[in-house]
Amino acid sequence: MACPRTRSRTTAIAAAVAALAALAPLAGCANPSVGSARDDPDAPVTLTFWHGWSEKSEVKAIDDSIARFEKLHPNIHVKAVGNVDDATMNQALRAGGDDAPDVVSSFTTTNVGQFCSSGMWADLDPFLHKSRIAKRKLFPRTLVDYTQYRGKQCALPLLADAYGLYYNKDAFRRAGIRRPPHTMSELKRDAAKLTVRRKGGGYRRVGFMPNFRLYQNSPPRLFAQWGPRYFDGRGRSRLSRDPDTRDYFRTTNALLKAQGGYRALERFRTTFGDEMSSQNAFLTGKLAMHMDGEWRGLMLQQAGAKFHWGTAPLPVPDDRPGTYGRGFLTGTVAGIANSSRHQNAAWELLRFLTTDTRQVVRFSNAIHNVPSTRPALKSPRLDADPRFRTFVHIARNPHSSAEPPTVNGGQFTTAFQDFGYDVESGKVRDLRKGLRALDARIDADTLQARN
Amino acid sequence: MSLTQRAADPAALRRKRARERWCTLGFLSPWLVGFSVFFGYPLLATVYFSFMHYNQIEPPTFVGLRNWAYVLTQMPLFGPALWNTVWLVVVMVALRVAFGLGVGLLVTKIKAGVGFFRTAFYIPYLAPPVAATVAFVFLLNPGTGPVNGLLARIGIHAPNWFNDPAWAKPSLVLLSLWGIGDLMVIFMAALLDVPREQYEAAELDGAGPLSRFRYVTWPNITPIVMFAVVTGVVQTMQYYTQALVAGKLASGVTIGPGSQIQPGYPDHSTLTVPQLVWSLGFQNFNTGAACVLSLVLFALAMAVTTLLMRKRAGLLAAED
Repeated sequence: MACPRTRSRTTAIAAAVAALAALAPLAGCANPSVGSARDDPDAPVTLTFWHGWSEKSEVKAIDDSIARFEKLHPNIHVKAVGNVDDATMNQALRAGGDDAPDVVSSFTTTNVGQFCSSGMWADLDPFLHKSRIAKRKLFPRTLVDYTQYRGKQCALPLLADAYGLYYNKDAFRRAGIRRPPHTMSELKRDAAKLTVRRKGGGYRRVGFMPNFRLYQNSPPRLFAQWGPRYFDGRGRSRLSRDPDTRDYFRTTNALLKAQGGYRALERFRTTFGDEMSSQNAFLTGKLAMHMDGEWRGLMLQQAGAKFHWGTAPLPVPDDRPGTYGRGFLTGTVAGIANSSRHQNAAWELLRFLTTDTRQVVRFSNAIHNVPSTRPALKSPRLDADPRFRTFVHIARNPHSSAEPPTVNGGQFTTAFQDFGYDVESGKVRDLRKGLRALDARIDADTLQARN
Repeated sequence: MSLTQRAADPAALRRKRARERWCTLGFLSPWLVGFSVFFGYPLLATVYFSFMHYNQIEPPTFVGLRNWAYVLTQMPLFGPALWNTVWLVVVMVALRVAFGLGVGLLVTKIKAGVGFFRTAFYIPYLAPPVAATVAFVFLLNPGTGPVNGLLARIGIHAPNWFNDPAWAKPSLVLLSLWGIGDLMVIFMAALLDVPREQYEAAELDGAGPLSRFRYVTWPNITPIVMFAVVTGVVQTMQYYTQALVAGKLASGVTIGPGSQIQPGYPDHSTLTVPQLVWSLGFQNFNTGAACVLSLVLFALAMAVTTLLMRKRAGLLAAED
């Protein structure tokens, strides 16, 4: 008599498990809706535009830009949402829904590969073609490269950022240095000269702090002075095969050593205030030279720096002085959400923001970013301050470079960054071996993302 | 037909049992629904996705054991994250329980100012985790923090706390000990619940303070210690916020819109498995690998809890 009851209990349990198992694939049903480009751009419509700007002046600048657009296109109303980071955007576009944005932007160029390969951002080539815009003619080469992935142009540059050297002219004068360094050897020599130590230990000022955790000092930024190629034709990491990588880390380690070593400098770094505050270490005089983007100039002016400062391109390796003037480029990228049902109207907004020379120049002057089109870079209306122009020249320099977009976004940057931390702290004894392991890690991550 | 005859009828008995089963099921159903929706289904879905390549936008595709191989053999952060989580579970839970019990004993013994001390020990627990962590990072800043300044004045060379890989986890433990109020209250209640006559009998038998604690207090409070340990293990395995905030603040690296938060500063010493799950799942959208990590964490939590629940672990009384 026990048998039927046992069987029925087993059946019930099996049924419950089967029901639960049957539910499992439902978790994969978060695919976003696919939008369309069949809308009439002249019909009344409200577009949602997500961007990352959050500073009051920046938000005002983008709102002013939208107001200019709405004046030109009275049928299109734009609802702008600021301070949106990539994680929020990624999750929202994956979830889909009526409130998802039509036009999207990101500050992370390395994520373009993820946006393109996942199909979250629409291919813009048909729109560019329709509007007869020759992208290679309009945008600098590096900017076109970092806004596409495997031939798919799913983003356009919306202003750019160039990295250069800020230096304290008063400190230079007192140390008897006449001009900013042009080569890495000069940088090391000048940095040591400008470093001022305290009697009881520690520093009053450091010449140039190469520590990778300092503010904008992520390893790829200074590495751009070597003009690196991160991946080979097959998409495999080639950092260990490139002698420049070893030269780069030897140079940064030599810079650390010339100014007292990693540990002492790291300890000094913990006394620095927030990067975007009035306690920024360059602004407070704790750093004589500092790598930063073009936006820092406006901040120094607004904060009323108590010393004379100048800007210059970052130094280059000793064996290639001809490339002086180059720098690391990145910037804001903007695109159209694939889920948008108003893609033609969205294109009108995107076209205005990214390709209209007058608009690009006005926006560039308002937020002190480098313009992202060739005509805008040459525009006489552009901010004439020579300290800002340094960055415009860096952006126009044919040797300037950016990080390549990859299928897994900035994951290779994270791996490179982790490796940089290990190198500077002395944990990597054998650079070649360490770089081979780094290549293997990056390749494994890429394969895992592609699968 | 007599009552005895009716009760013995097998068909009637079966019907009665079936009714009882349905009745039991009916009463259990709210819990069953909750368990299935919030535990059963996510667990099964996690197992399912651990064998899939799924970027949360394209349909999942079966990849066999590739996600498992990636996490267990190719992901260099898995080792440090697992080690840190296990370290925190062992050290933080043990110290929190010991400190919570110690403070509980202290506040039950104090004669004067009981209210003040109970409040003083409990209040830190009410501080929001992020605010408390920000305050600790500020106080322990090696360059500008008042703690190191004070220690330097009395001739002690203070560590770099959250900026030193060797001291970052102990600093987090200090932070957790500061907020011991929750355990203090639980232990205080348990200690006050121990029958006074047992202490009196032990005293009559000549037991000293240590013997009284060992033979009277401890057997009475072991279920509470067990509760504190098990909930502590489960909470610490989900340790996320404090480590992330402390690492981010101490690193000094600015996180603006668009940039990813890299947990684990310094040198991955504060990276925990939940942080890695979040990074993989919601920054890199590597759902399969994130699910593998979640299952590893689940298995670890189950194993530790099972070990603790064994009678031989000494935390369960014979009647439990």
